[in-house]
Amino acid sequence: MSTTIEQLEGYVVDAYASFKERRQKDSHWLKQLREEAFERFRAIGFPTTHEEAWRFTNVSSIAQTPFRLGSEDDFSVSQQDLEEYRLVEFACQLVFINGYFAPELSWLAGLPVGLEVSSLAAQIDEDPESIEPHLDRDRSAPLDSFEMLNTAFLQDGAYVHIDRGAVVKDPICLLHVSVSGVPPIMSHPRNLIVAEEGSQAAVIEEYVSLDGGLGFSNAVTELIAGEGAAISHYLVERENLQSFNVSTLHLRQGRDANVSSHSILLGGGLVRNNVHPVLGGEGAECLINGLYVGSQRQHLDNYMLVEHASPHCNSRQFYNGILDGQAHGVFHGRIIVQKQAQKTDAKQTNRNLLLSDDARIDTKPQLEIYADDVKCTHGATIGQLDENALFYLRARGIDEVSARNLLLQAFAGECLDRMHEPAPRKFIEGLIGQRLADIGRADLRASGSGHRQPDEIVWEEAG
Amino acid sequence: MSLLEIRNLHAGVDGHEILKGVDLTINAGEVHSMMGPNGSGKSTLAQVLSRRQTYEVTRGEILFNGNNLLEMKPEEAACEGIFMAFQYPVEIPGISNAYFLRSALNAVRRYRGEDEMDAMDFLPMFRERLKLLEMDEALLNRSVNDGFSGGEKKRNEILQMAMLEPKLAILDETDSGLDIDALRIVANGVNTLRNADRAMLVITHYRRLLTHIVPDFVHVLVDGRIVQSGGPELALELEEKGYVGTDHGTQQALSA
Repeated sequence: MSTTIEQLEGYVVDAYASFKERRQKDSHWLKQLREEAFERFRAIGFPTTHEEAWRFTNVSSIAQTPFRLGSEDDFSVSQQDLEEYRLVEFACQLVFINGYFAPELSWLAGLPVGLEVSSLAAQIDEDPESIEPHLDRDRSAPLDSFEMLNTAFLQDGAYVHIDRGAVVKDPICLLHVSVSGVPPIMSHPRNLIVAEEGSQAAVIEEYVSLDGGLGFSNAVTELIAGEGAAISHYLVERENLQSFNVSTLHLRQGRDANVSSHSILLGGGLVRNNVHPVLGGEGAECLINGLYVGSQRQHLDNYMLVEHASPHCNSRQFYNGILDGQAHGVFHGRIIVQKQAQKTDAKQTNRNLLLSDDARIDTKPQLEIYADDVKCTHGATIGQLDENALFYLRARGIDEVSARNLLLQAFAGECLDRMHEPAPRKFIEGLIGQRLADIGRADLRASGSGHRQPDEIVWEEAG
Repeated sequence: MSLLEIRNLHAGVDGHEILKGVDLTINAGEVHSMMGPNGSGKSTLAQVLSRRQTYEVTRGEILFNGNNLLEMKPEEAACEGIFMAFQYPVEIPGISNAYFLRSALNAVRRYRGEDEMDAMDFLPMFRERLKLLEMDEALLNRSVNDGFSGGEKKRNEILQMAMLEPKLAILDETDSGLDIDALRIVANGVNTLRNADRAMLVITHYRRLLTHIVPDFVHVLVDGRIVQSGGPELALELEEKGYVGTDHGTQQALSA
């Protein structure tokens, strides 16, 4: 096996060698952290579909494309290029081009009291002690080889620090922009968000591409929510359909912390969205909300690993998927309830709409419960647009395209209703509206007015 | 010219013929009642008129305002002025009544070349019609029919009819399952909407509704054909004698 890995991941080995050369001056602990991660990656390589967590997602195209690390000066992006990505009223917007912080494109003026933001690169250079205790705290157990890869190439990303008790009203926006190159470029952004005790904020982490070219973004975001903190995280993936995008969100929650994760996957060709909350403090609550909308040949994989490590914690997972064309969606919801996590209340719901005969969804719950006094439920539905509802709307004068669109919006609306901050909600509602309008038009062209018998698959279990 | 002309209509589902030659003419301002036993084809007629594609028309023609109805999509028929109050109104979670009604109203207005209504124009009209159906304004923000009682759903149908102001309203067993109070409210709404330009086709299984909404004409549909037509007195006669033409029908004497 190892020879195969050497061949496939040769580009990674080369990239790492020159990266290491360039980063000689970094702190010893950081270099060691990278080295360990790289050695681990080298030992196992990219995941294959033989692994349970990757059964439905084949990443050989990532392994076989010789990506290179971009450099800070091989792109030129202007303020004008980014105009359409400034839709939200934000507290600040940090812009990253191919993983590198671009201060001249970012908006950091007039930060509210209690909010500190900068690039991870700046923290590494100027104040590495500020990040050391937080970075990769779970060093013993990285989620997968993509995370190892990210840690091996760790150099830049966002650093957000919210002071104890600070309430940040407007969202903190992290805009990750891909610009394609030849050979294609990979980036490994690392975002670190530290929310101290009793603080409150919303973070929007968005991935976009400025052109139609191929790229690979492999991000890891670590969000640490202190005791009683209330933090919302919004992931918005809307890169072009050539893009590979892997993102991993680690949520570490202290006592009574309330965290919500909202993942909105609208773009990207091959997308893997890992969400990994660890409810480590008593009374913590976690909402894991998501919507994936795929068309053409998009592959959108959502891997949830919810870890209940303390008693009296609640987690709620709600993911809705809309799949058209030959799109393939995956929802893998794994819940681990550790022995000491009594009185856990965990719920998981995955609902899917398949709009074409070739669209596909694989949905899979995986419950591992080691405590004996817990409530865990999970359920999934797979269905098509309700023909009765469609006819009802049309019989009132609403044309077929609009009627389909209304029904899709209603389905996606369930996800929007779980977003409680008005600004991100409104922004995401707009993006979803556009995406669904595109799908509605394409779908009508493809299928004509042919109709199918509605068949629905539903399963639900309680444990 | 008649508002609706149905000539020798044959229609069915999946190759199974249900309507076997229906002729019916309805003029503006008239209220027609279509009665008949279960399975006689009443609802099929309503579905064909509202252009549900699952019902296949094999022979005959339907002219609405002189235009070929069978070439129209459901939304076109609706915009031309055909409204069917559903026997089983569909629940649509996630779409508010207000949004749904405004979308429908504006679709119809666009089709007719009229200006669209914004929320400011829409609300007073909506409130006025709500009163007519004795409905609560909280309905505005509730999802379409979602969690409504049977009576609320039927009232919501008539509310939509009041908003969309059709030329031909088809009431498909709107009275089925209604309690006395809901029936009174629904009938009152329908009677208020009766006028010289609007025709109605009231499909019912029971004579009860026709004491509230008195029709100009009563037709009896048995096994896919109209076997008897007459004035309002026919409904009374049917109650006494049952349907003629089938054994099944005679057993199903109209009651209630």
